[in-house]
Formats: sequence, C-alpha cells, structure tokens
Amino acid sequence: MKRSMSVFNMTTLTLGLAFLYLPMLLLMVYSFNASRLVTVWAGFSTQWYGELLRNQQFLDAAWVTLRVAVVSSTLATVLGTMAAWVLVRERRFLGRTLFSGMIYAPLVMPEVITGLSLLLLFIAIGLDRGILTIILAHTTFAMCYVSVVVSSRLVTFDRSLEEAALDLGCSPMQAFGHVTLPIIAPAVVSGWLLAFTLSLDDLVIASFTSGPSSTTLPIKIFSSMRLGVSPEINALSTILISIVAVGVVVAALVSKRQIARRETEEREGLT
Amino acid sequence: MNPRRLVLIAAPYAWLLALFMVPFLIVLKISLSDTAVAIPPYAPTFDLSAGWAGIREFFGGLDFENFIWLTEDDLYWKSYLSSMKIAAVATFLTLLAGYPVAYAMSRAKPEWRPTLMMLIILPFWSSALIRVYAWIGILQSEGYLNQLLLWSGVIDTPLSILNTQVAVYIGIVYTYLPFMILPIYASLEKMDESLLEAAEDLGCTRITAFWRVTFPLSKPGIIAGCFLVFIPSLGEFVIPSILGGSQTLMIGKVLWEEFFSNRDWPVASAVAVVLLLILVIPIVLFQRNEERNA
Repeated sequence: MKRSMSVFNMTTLTLGLAFLYLPMLLLMVYSFNASRLVTVWAGFSTQWYGELLRNQQFLDAAWVTLRVAVVSSTLATVLGTMAAWVLVRERRFLGRTLFSGMIYAPLVMPEVITGLSLLLLFIAIGLDRGILTIILAHTTFAMCYVSVVVSSRLVTFDRSLEEAALDLGCSPMQAFGHVTLPIIAPAVVSGWLLAFTLSLDDLVIASFTSGPSSTTLPIKIFSSMRLGVSPEINALSTILISIVAVGVVVAALVSKRQIARRETEEREGLT
Repeated sequence: MNPRRLVLIAAPYAWLLALFMVPFLIVLKISLSDTAVAIPPYAPTFDLSAGWAGIREFFGGLDFENFIWLTEDDLYWKSYLSSMKIAAVATFLTLLAGYPVAYAMSRAKPEWRPTLMMLIILPFWSSALIRVYAWIGILQSEGYLNQLLLWSGVIDTPLSILNTQVAVYIGIVYTYLPFMILPIYASLEKMDESLLEAAEDLGCTRITAFWRVTFPLSKPGIIAGCFLVFIPSLGEFVIPSILGGSQTLMIGKVLWEEFFSNRDWPVASAVAVVLLLILVIPIVLFQRNEERNA
C-alpha cells in the first residue's frame, strides 16, 4: 500500500518552499523597481543595474572577489583531494589523528575565530594583508570542505580497478590519472564548486584578512547594508543569486546525465 | 616510505599546520598576553635574538589576566549566555519548522524527491549575507510584512521586528533550515512503511502511530540536525549584526567589535578561546551521536 500525499503534507511543503524562496524572490523583483524607496513599487526599470555597472568600487570589488575565488578554490581542490586520499588510503602514519582533526575542526570553527587567528598569524610573520592573504585564508577552510566531499566518494571506490591498472603495467600516477580520477571526478568538481561559492560568499574571514586595497564584494555589500536596503544592492544580489542558481542547476543536470550514461554503458557492457 | 607518498601526506599536512594549527596557537598565546600601546598591540612579543633569557622572559610575561577580566566585566558572560540562549531557542524553532517539511518530503512520490532535495539545498549555495539581507526589506517598519498586515487590517501600527531578537531568530531559522531538514529527511526516508501499517493494524490511530513509531525512528536525524544548527549559530556574526541591532548580544559580534572597534587583541583572543571551549562540548556530543549511528 502506497499512501498518496495528504493535503497536510502538500501544504507544509508549499509553505516550507515559500518560506525559503519568497524573501529572495521579493528581493529580485524589487531590484527592477523604478523608485529608490526599495519597498514601494513604482514601475519597472533596469536603472539600478546600469548604476551598478557604472560604480567603479563595486566593479573593483567584484574583480578582486573573482580572482580570489578562482585561485583559492583551485588550490583548495588540489590540497583537499590530496587530503581526502590521505584520510581514506593512508591508514597509518605519524600524527594521523592530528591530521584528521585539522581537517574536521575548521568545519565547525566559528568564522570569527578562523579569521582572527589567521590575521594574527599574518601580522606575526609580517605578511601585508591583501589578495594573497585572503587566498591563503580561503584555501585553508575550503580545502577541508573539499576533502570531506571527495573522501565520501573515495570510500565507496572499488580499489580493485586501480590494482588491475597497476597489474596491466600502469605507473601509480597513470593509474590515478586514467582510472581513479575519472571516477572521482564528479566529487572533485562539486568540491571545486563548493570551494568557489564559499569563497565568493565569505564576509567574516575576508574582513579579517583583507587589506585596504583588496576589498571583496561581500565586504562592500556588508558596509552598504549597514545603511539599510538600497536598490543597487538588490540588483547586485539578483545577479549573484542568478549566477549561483544557474551554476548549481547546470552542474546537477550534467552529473545526472553522466550517471545515466554510465549506467547505460554498464548495462550494454554486461549484455 | 616512498617519496610520492611522502609528498601526498606532507603537502596538506604542512599547509594545515601552518595555516590552522599555528594561528590557533598564536591566538592562545596572545590571549595570555597584555595589551600594549605598540605595533603589534600586545606584549610580550617573542624575541629569539635574546636567546634563552628572552624565552624565559616571554613565558614570564604570560598570565590569565584577560580571562579574569572576562569574568569581571559582565558584558562577556552576559553575551556568552545570551548567545547560548539565542542559539538554543533558534535551534528549537528550526526543528519546529523543519520537521514537517522533512516529513512531507519523505512522503512525497519517489520521483519527486531528488527535485525536492535540490530545492531545499539550492538556497544554501547562494550567499548567506544576501539571504539575510533579504529579510531587512521584509521586516523593517515600512517593509513588506508590515505593508501586508496594515493593508489586511490585522494591525493598525507597524510592528517593529527588525533590530530585535525576533529578527535574529527568523534569520537563523531561515539560514540554517536546510541543515535541519536534510538529516531528518535522511532518517525518515530509510523508514520502513510497513511498521506504520503494523501499528495501525494493532489499533493505533495515525497520530499515536506517528509519536510511537515515526518520531522515535527519526531521532538520530533530529539530534544531528539540532547540532548542525546549534553549533554554527553560537558563533554567528552576520545575522545578529545585520538583523539584531545594537541590543542583541552575541559573542561573535562582541569578538568582532573587541577586535575592530576597541582594537583590544588580547581580550578578543581570550573571548575566542572561551568560545571554543564552550563549543567543544556540543561538538564532542555530536561526534558521539554520529559514531553511534554510523
């Protein structure tokens, strides 16, 4: 017997999704408002988008944020994948407990503490705050997220495939490149995406580790938010939400197609 | 140990030691230092050139003054308590909001479930800062909520919700709702529905069947969800500083102000160390819970 969805369940789902999406929807709709008073509708207009594109401070901040996000998420993916490998495959080495502790601790560490501690380090070693320090900071916490995502895929990975490649004469590096990497690739890609959005969104750690010449977009948004709602921030938020939404949906569809293709290939291989 | 393996272990290990462990030790050290009018603004500083005497002097200069200060000025313990209270209440509210959604998801048609999952996760990918900001427009006195309530005649004068703790609760529930829904959904989805049928055959009403079968079986999910919401809420900075106004005391905000406004680094570090000590308890409990259910 399969129960059909009751009215109660339909209502809760609708309300839950409305609660999650309505605030963002309102924000996006009102970014096309002609009035400077954000909460009073005065006709459709795209003027705030134009204003945003003419605002050099926002453009500079966007450029800094993008560079930081690309570099730190790439570094984090490399280091995080290595760390995941070590966590899953290297069962015994000196200081393994400390290592896994350092992978999981940043995930639960309040951002204010991570930011503060990194800033104090940079000051202690005399490193000037700027793009480099933000990249170092973002790489550090993002690599932990990447390694969690990748290691959950590595755990389920069938090691005999890799052993077969080694038996057939592959070097360990070749076996990794031809066998392991293609199989864990979806996890590595979603790890990169996660690291990228974490870096894009981060306010607290960037505030601690950035210098005067390296303001990121969230820092800029936060300082304008303190003055209340403004149509330019609504427009900027709409752009950012759209980019992320399109990216996530495309990534989900691509991985779904990949899984479907692999399944058909496997089925054809069996017959 | 072959060189390939050595590099594989050493690279992430060294990175984490240098950029996670060492900074943390620095915080610990500065929390034991004294405030000084200097660059950097604390004393003593580590001076290797002075040799052994320098090291001895360095350790001699450390004390627990800042921690004693934290207990004497009631701002700090009040904000620790207030953070714990806000995080606990917000976690409970998130559970109330999240459980029915997770339950409804687990009762949805199997072919809908991946889409529903994605709809729940999607907001998590977009910036928390922006999602919290979206609530300013809703909650402010001339905001959408007040417009709606005034228009429908429910209230005569606008409610002031923004810059109160209520706004902080709404912000936390909104931001962390997916963290509550997903673990509960995961535990409900695994449930065998024939158990419910058995309960009903044995004479339970639907509601008693829920309380005696479904609810106990979803407990691991509830516990995991509560920790996943409680732990990050405790050190939250963005939500109280955007929605909470000046009257909301939360320790993340106090740390930020101590550092950026008062420039008191030793006290900020001591605040951080105490916050971590408080967090250790729920984190250890969470891990125990995860291991038990693994």
